Amino acid sequence: MMEKPMQITLGPLMFHWPPEQLAAFYEAIAAEPTIDRVYLGEVVCGKRSPLTEHALAAAAERLVDAGKAVVWSGLALPATVRDRKAVAALTQASDLIEINDVSAMLGRDGPFVAGPLLNAYNEGAVKELARRGCVRLCPNVELSLEAISKIAGFHPAMEIEFFAFGRLPLALSGRCYHARSHGLHKDGCQFVCDQDPDGMTLRSLEGEAFLAVNGVQTLSHGVQLVDVPARDLRAAGVTALRLSPHSGDMTAVARAFRAYADNRLSPCELAEDVRKAGAPGPFVNGYLRGEAGGESSRFG
Amino acid sequence: MGSIELVCPAGSPAMLKAAIEAGADSVYCGLRNDTNARNFPGLNFSPQELAEASAWAQARGRKVLVAVNTFARPGESARWRASIDAAASSGAHAVIVADLGLLAYARERWPNLRLHLSVQAAAGSPEAIRFYAETYNVRRVVLPRVLSVQEIAALGRQIETETEAFVFGGLCVMAEGRCALSSYAAKRSPNLCGVCSPPEAVAYTEEDETLVSRLAGYALDRYELGEKAGYPTLCKGRFEARGVLSYLFEDPVSLNAMGLLAGLRAAGVTAVKIEGRQRGKAYVTRVAGAFRQAIDALDAGGDPQAYEHLLTDLAEGGRETAGAYKKTWR
Repeated sequence: MMEKPMQITLGPLMFHWPPEQLAAFYEAIAAEPTIDRVYLGEVVCGKRSPLTEHALAAAAERLVDAGKAVVWSGLALPATVRDRKAVAALTQASDLIEINDVSAMLGRDGPFVAGPLLNAYNEGAVKELARRGCVRLCPNVELSLEAISKIAGFHPAMEIEFFAFGRLPLALSGRCYHARSHGLHKDGCQFVCDQDPDGMTLRSLEGEAFLAVNGVQTLSHGVQLVDVPARDLRAAGVTALRLSPHSGDMTAVARAFRAYADNRLSPCELAEDVRKAGAPGPFVNGYLRGEAGGESSRFG
Repeated sequence: MGSIELVCPAGSPAMLKAAIEAGADSVYCGLRNDTNARNFPGLNFSPQELAEASAWAQARGRKVLVAVNTFARPGESARWRASIDAAASSGAHAVIVADLGLLAYARERWPNLRLHLSVQAAAGSPEAIRFYAETYNVRRVVLPRVLSVQEIAALGRQIETETEAFVFGGLCVMAEGRCALSSYAAKRSPNLCGVCSPPEAVAYTEEDETLVSRLAGYALDRYELGEKAGYPTLCKGRFEARGVLSYLFEDPVSLNAMGLLAGLRAAGVTAVKIEGRQRGKAYVTRVAGAFRQAIDALDAGGDPQAYEHLLTDLAEGGRETAGAYKKTWR
C-alpha cells in the first residue's frame, strides 16, 4: 500500500514584515506547488495586526485561488482588549483555525489545530484537546521525536505536524525586548521589530550568537532542521512538516522538504539545499533526540 | 474589604512549620520528584510527610496547597497521577496544576478536590481563566507575572475565580510555562523537568582577574574577583544586542511588591504568594514575618510600605523591582 505523502505546510510568519514584503512573499508562496497549507495571522504581537491585516487578507484570497488550504492562526499571548477581541473573533470562524493560547478554547465549537505555542505535552492533554475539536497537533518544540511518537501512539487519528524548519519559538513575555533594546517601552514601541526580518540576534558575553528577539518573543538563533530520514518521522506518526517563514527563499526550502519527504533527499542533502536557500543561523536539532535544543548533529 | 491570604513556600516539613509559625495563612509544597516545578535535590515532601504536614497545618487553621505543576511526560503520566492521588489523599486543601490532562484526571478521579491553576498554565485573560473554571471547576488561578495592577483589577471584574498573585522572590520575566530557554541551552526546563537553568549546566570560570558565570558553556555574566556572583539564570544574563551589552531581559533583581499590597487587595486579589521553596527556613521566616506585619497593618488601616525595606538584603543582587505590576516595566 502506498503511504500517504507527508504534507508540507508554511507556519504563521512570526516576524513583523512590511505589507509590501508580505504581499510579495505570499505571492511567491501561492505560485509554489510543493506547499499544501499556509497558516496566516499575527501570532506574536497584536499591536502589529492593524498594519498587516489588509495584506494578509489579500494573501489569503490569492493562496486559496492557487489551491492552498489557508488556516488562520491566533495570538499566543493575548494581552489587551483588542487582542482578546481578535481571539474571540477567530474562535467564531467556521473553518479550521489554529489555536496558540487556551483563551481561544473557551468559545470554540469547530475544528482546530493546536499550535506549537499551546502547552500540550502529553497524551492526556491531547485527549482534552481532541475532545474539544483538535484535529491536528503541532507539538511544542521541546518534545522529542520519541515523545511525539508516544503521543501519536495514543491518538492514531490525530494529524501530527512537526516543526521541521526555522528558528525555534522559545519564549513569550509581557515585555517587549525589541523596544527595550532601543530604549523604548512596549506601549511606545515605534514598531522597531520591523528592522529585523528574522529576529534580532542576541550574543553571549563572549560574542557567541545564541538567541533571537522578535518583540515579546524570544527564539533560538539556531535554525531547527530535522536530521533524521523522513521515514523516521513517518514512523513516529508525523503527517506534515511545518516550515516557519524566514527571509531566505522559502519556495526553495519547500521544494527541498518536498523532495526529502518523498525520500528523494537524505537529511544531508536537505541541509545542503536549505543552506543554499538561506537560513538565518546554524542548523540545530537537539530537541528531536531529547537533548538541548541548541545541539546539532553533523548530518552524518 | 476582607484580608488578603498570605501564601508561603515550603521546600521541607521544617520550612512549612517555620512559614506557618511566622504568619503564613497557607503554604505550598511539592512531592519529591519531577512532578513539581522545584525539583531540586534535598527538597520537597514524601507522601507521608505531606499527610503529616497537612494535619499539622489543619490543626492550626492553616492550609497546605500541593503543587503538581509540571507537564507530564508522554507515556509517563502514571507518576503525575500518583502525585495527584497522594495530594488528594493527604488531606491538603488544594492541588495546584497546570497540565490539561492532569486537570481532567484530577477532576474525574477526585470530584471534590479543590483545584488551583498553576502560574505555569499562564492564564492571564478572562477567557483562559473561564475556560479552566468552566471545564475543570478550577477555583483559583495563580496569575502570570505579565499583568499590571490595573489589568488585574479589570480581570477580577470579569471572572468569578479567586486570584493569587506573586509578590516576592525570584521573578520570571517570561510568561511562565511558555518558556523553553532553559532546555534550548541546557536540556532541562521548567515545563519538562521542573528545573530552570539546571545546576549541572552551571560553571564559574576565572578569566583575566574576573569570574565568568556560565550556563551550558554560554558566558552569561562577569564579576570582579571577590564580588558576589549571581546564579546564571538564563533570562538574567547579560547579552549583546545591536552592539550593546545589557541585561536585556531583566536585571538581576527580585520581585518585591509589598508596596502594592493595598492596590492588589483593592484589585480583588484573594491571595499573595511568596516565591522560594528552595530558599530554606530562615528565608521563609523573615519573608512570612514581614508580609504578615504588612498585611496586618493594611487590615488595621495602616501603610504596609513601612515594612518594605525589611527584606531588601534578601533580594538577588540586593535589588528589587515591582515587575510587571507597574506598566512601565514593559
